[in-house]
Amino acid sequence: MPQEFRSIQITVNGETYHRQVEPRRLLSDFLRDDLNLRGTHVGCEHGICGACTILLNGETARSCLMFAVQADGAKITTVEGLAQNGELHPVQQAFWENHGLQCGFCTPGFLLTAFELLERNPNPTEQEVRVGLSGNMCRCTGYQGIIQSVLAAAEKMKGQK
Amino acid sequence: MVMEPPAKPKKKEASGQKLSKKWVGQPIKRREDPRLLTGRGTFVDDITVPNMHHAAILRSPHAHARIISYDTREALNHPGVLAVLTGEEVGQMSKPFPVGVVAPFKYYSAAVGKVRYVGEPVAVVVASDRYVAEDAVELIQVEYESLPPIVNVEAAVEADAPVLHEELGNNIGCHRLLNYGDVDQAFEEADLVLKERFVFPRYSSLPLETYAVIADYDAITKMFTVHSNFMGPFSMHAVAARALDIDENKLRFIVPSDIGGSFGIKSSIYPYMVLLSLASKKAGKPVKWIEDRQEHLMASSCQTDRVAYREVAVKKDGTLLGVKSKILENVGAYLRAPEPACTFRPIGNFVGPYKVRNVQIDAYDVMTNKCPTGPNRGYGCQQIYFEQERMMDKVAEELKLDPIEVRRQNLIPAEAMPYTTPMGGIYDSGDYPKGIDLVVEMSQYTKLRETQKKARSEGRLFGIGIAAGVDPSVSNMGYITIALPPEFRARPGYLPKSGSAESATIQMNQRGKVSVTMGTTPQGQGHETVVTQIVADELGITPDDVVVVDEFDTAKHGWSISSGTYASRFASVGTSAAVLAARKLKKKIIHLAAALLSAPEEDLIIEEGKVFAKDDPDKNMTVKRVAGTAHWNHELLPDDIEAGLQARAVFRFPSNVAPDPQDRVNSSNTYGFMVEIAVVEVDPDSGQVKILDWFSVHDAGTIINPMILEGQVYGGALHGIGGALYEELAYDEEGQFLTGSFMHYVCPTSVEAPVLKIGHTCSPSPLTPLGSKGAGESSSETAPAAIAGAVGDALRPLGINVNELPLNPKKVWALLHPSQEK
Repeated sequence: MPQEFRSIQITVNGETYHRQVEPRRLLSDFLRDDLNLRGTHVGCEHGICGACTILLNGETARSCLMFAVQADGAKITTVEGLAQNGELHPVQQAFWENHGLQCGFCTPGFLLTAFELLERNPNPTEQEVRVGLSGNMCRCTGYQGIIQSVLAAAEKMKGQK
Repeated sequence: MVMEPPAKPKKKEASGQKLSKKWVGQPIKRREDPRLLTGRGTFVDDITVPNMHHAAILRSPHAHARIISYDTREALNHPGVLAVLTGEEVGQMSKPFPVGVVAPFKYYSAAVGKVRYVGEPVAVVVASDRYVAEDAVELIQVEYESLPPIVNVEAAVEADAPVLHEELGNNIGCHRLLNYGDVDQAFEEADLVLKERFVFPRYSSLPLETYAVIADYDAITKMFTVHSNFMGPFSMHAVAARALDIDENKLRFIVPSDIGGSFGIKSSIYPYMVLLSLASKKAGKPVKWIEDRQEHLMASSCQTDRVAYREVAVKKDGTLLGVKSKILENVGAYLRAPEPACTFRPIGNFVGPYKVRNVQIDAYDVMTNKCPTGPNRGYGCQQIYFEQERMMDKVAEELKLDPIEVRRQNLIPAEAMPYTTPMGGIYDSGDYPKGIDLVVEMSQYTKLRETQKKARSEGRLFGIGIAAGVDPSVSNMGYITIALPPEFRARPGYLPKSGSAESATIQMNQRGKVSVTMGTTPQGQGHETVVTQIVADELGITPDDVVVVDEFDTAKHGWSISSGTYASRFASVGTSAAVLAARKLKKKIIHLAAALLSAPEEDLIIEEGKVFAKDDPDKNMTVKRVAGTAHWNHELLPDDIEAGLQARAVFRFPSNVAPDPQDRVNSSNTYGFMVEIAVVEVDPDSGQVKILDWFSVHDAGTIINPMILEGQVYGGALHGIGGALYEELAYDEEGQFLTGSFMHYVCPTSVEAPVLKIGHTCSPSPLTPLGSKGAGESSSETAPAAIAGAVGDALRPLGINVNELPLNPKKVWALLHPSQEK
C-alpha cells in the first residue's frame, strides 16, 4: 500500500501548482483529477493513441506514460493553455474552419502535436504533416480534415509573421 | 460567432413543397467545436458527483471455465476498499437480460457460475480511488475449473462441439431459414451457378473514448441514476430495467453533451451500466468506472465475424436470377440484445442495389467463447456487401464481362423507385445507374484499365475494386422480430414491434431567440450545428439565434424506445423531428400574431424576423413582439393559445410496419446509395497493399451540411479500410485474446489514410420533410468489399482467390506463397 507522498511543483499554462502526490500517480490523472484540467484526454494509457499529449518544457510528451513526480519543476502546456485572451490559437481556428474534429476526444492531442510540428517546421508539405501526426490516432475524421487544418494553420501563421 | 448569410439562397424541392432555404445545404462551421478545441467539452470522465467512489473489474483469464469459489477477504481488508461484488451476487441481485430470440440461455452483467470468454467480468471492487480499486482486484482469489473452449464458428455448430450454455444444449442462439421468391426455379433456369465461401473478420470501429459509467443508487427512493456514454437505442434502457427488475421510470439514464466517438460500439455498454448500478447498490455510494483500453478491446463489443457461403444463379449476359446465402454469424459468448440484429438489420437491403427477386437466407447466430458482439458502424452491411460484391466480380470473371457492366446489368432502374425488394425493403428514392456513371467518369475507369494493363505488363500487381451498396438509415424496430419464427409472432398476446420515432422540443424566449433539445445522443456528428441550420430556415432567423444543447436525460427529455443516435438516424428522422417542431412553433407564432394583428392566419407570413400580412405589409409586428406577448402579457392571449412559446414534435415514418407472415419487412426507412472504386497495388515481396487512388460516390438525398457529410464519408471509409487491411480482434484456438493493445490491434494513422475523391448524386427522400437520408455508415459498408475486390483483381493473374479479410501483409504474403504458409 503505497501511502508515501511526494511534494511537487508544476507550472501548467503559466500557473504554478504545489501538490502532494503518490509516486505512482500518472501525470494525466494528476492534470485531470488533481488540477481539474479536463481537456487532456486519456485514450489508451499505453502511449499509442496520443490523446493525452501535452507540451512538457516545450516538447510534446504522453502524459499517460509519465508519473506526475517526473514532471516536478516542469512547465506544461495543456489544451486549455492554447487560446489566449478569449482568442483561439491559429491552430485551433484552422481545426474549426477545416472540420478537423468530430467527437473532439483526440483533438487536444492533435492540437498540441500540430503546435509543435509547426513550430519546428513552419512550411510543412502534406507528407510532412501526415508523418508528423502519425503518432496520434483519430477514429472519426479519416484524418483528411486534420491534415487540411494543419496545412491551413501553417498558412495562417505565416501571414501573421 | 458572427454569421454571414450565404450569398445565394438555395431553392430546393422536396416532398412536393417549395422551400426557400438559406442555411440548409451550407457547410457552416460547427457549434460544437469551440468547447472541444479549448478543452471544455463534457465527457463522462469529466463529471464528478458528490461522494463518488471508483470501481475496477476483475475479469476472466479463461475462455471457458466453471467458477468453483471466490475469496474476497483480502481485497475487502485492503485499506480504501468499500465493497466487492461477485458474479454470484450479480446472479442474485439481478435478472438475466432479455433478448429477442426463443433460445433459453442466461446472460447477466457478470459471469454467474461459468465464465465464457476472456475478459468476462467476474467481480467488481469499489474503493476510494481507482488506484486502490485496481490494487484490490489483484487480491481477489477465484478458483476455476477449466472447460474446453470453442472459438471457430463452423466447429461450434458441429454436434460434438463444447456447449457454452447447457440449458440450450447447443451453441445456436438463433436460426432462421428465409425464402423470398422462387429460389429453386432461379437455380434451375440459370446458365451458370457459382458458389464461394467467405470469411469476414471481427473488428471494431473502436472509439477513442472508452466506456464510462457513473452509477448512483438511492436506497430510499430505490432509483438508479446512471451517467454514461450510452448512445441508444433506448430500447436497451428497457433491457437494463428488466435486468435490474425495476420500473423503467426508476432507471434514469443521463448522457452528457460529448461522447468520444462510438460508431455503434457504445450501444452495448448497458450491461456495464447494470453491473455498476449493482455495485453502487452494494456499496451504498455513487460509483464511477472508466474502462481501460485493454478492457475495451477484449470485453466491450465489436461486430460479428462470420463465415458465409454464397451461391448465385446467373444468366449468360450476367443477369442475376437468384442468391442463396448461408450465414454462420459468430456472436460471441452470449447473444446479447440488440443481437441477432447483425443478421437481420440489412434484411430489406440484402441484395443491395440489384433487382434479383429470388433470395434464400439461411442464417445461424452462433455462440462461441469470444466477446459478445453488437452494433458497429455498418451493422451487418459490410459483411453482406463483401459477399455480394465478390460474387459480382466472380460472375464477371467467369463470363468475361467487365465488372462494371455486370453491375449495371443488374441495377434497379431509377424509374422503378420507390422499389420494394423481395425481402420487403422499400427503397424510397435513388438513381443507382447515375451513381455508377459518375464514379466511372470520376475515376476515368477506361483509362484506369489501360493503366492496369500497362502495370501488369511490367509485372506489377495492380488492382481495381468496385463495390456498390444501398445504405439503410433509420431502422424499423420491427426488423429484429424476424429472429422469431412467424408462428411465434402470430401467438395471441404477442406484442408486434414496429417504428422509428424521434422527437425534438423547441422553445422561443420572450426576445425571439430559440432553444432546442433533441432525443439524440451524438458522438461527433454535429447535431447542434445541423439543427441550428434547419431551425433557422424554418423560422426565418439565423443559426446564431438558435442554441441546441446536446445532452440527454430520460427523466427530462422527450424520447421513446427508438430514440438515440444509431443506424444513421439523425440526418433522416432527427432532422425531420426538428423541422416538425419548428413548424409547430411557427404555427403558434402565426396564430398568436393573427389575434394580435386582427388578421386572418392564412394571410400572415414570417420573414426576416417580422410577421406581416402578404397583401398589407403595413400590418406587421416583429416576432420578438409576438414572443414578448406570449411570455410577458397573457392578458392579450386568446383562450385557445397556451402561454409561452414552445412545441414538441415527434416524427415517425408511416412505412414502418411489423414483419408479415412471409418474413418480409421494411427494415429501414430511408435508403441511400454508395459506390466505391478503389485502386491498389500489392507489393509481392512484403504482401503490403498500397491504396493508390479512391473514388467514392454517394446519394444521401438532400445534403444539409456538406462539410459534415464528407467528414462522415471519410470516417466511415477509413473504418472499412481499417477492417479490410489492418484491424482484427484476434483469438487463438484456446480462446485467448491476442490483440489487447494498440500495438496488436493496429489502426490506420494519418500516413495510411487515403485521400478520397468524393462525388454526390442527390435523390431526395419523399419521406422526410427536407428530403435528407442518413449517411453516417455508408462507406464503412462498401470499403471492405472495394479493398477485397481490388486486391482480388491485383492477384487474379496469379490465379489467387481473395475471399477472406483482413488483407494484412501476413495474409497477402501467405496467399502469394501458399506452399510456405505457416
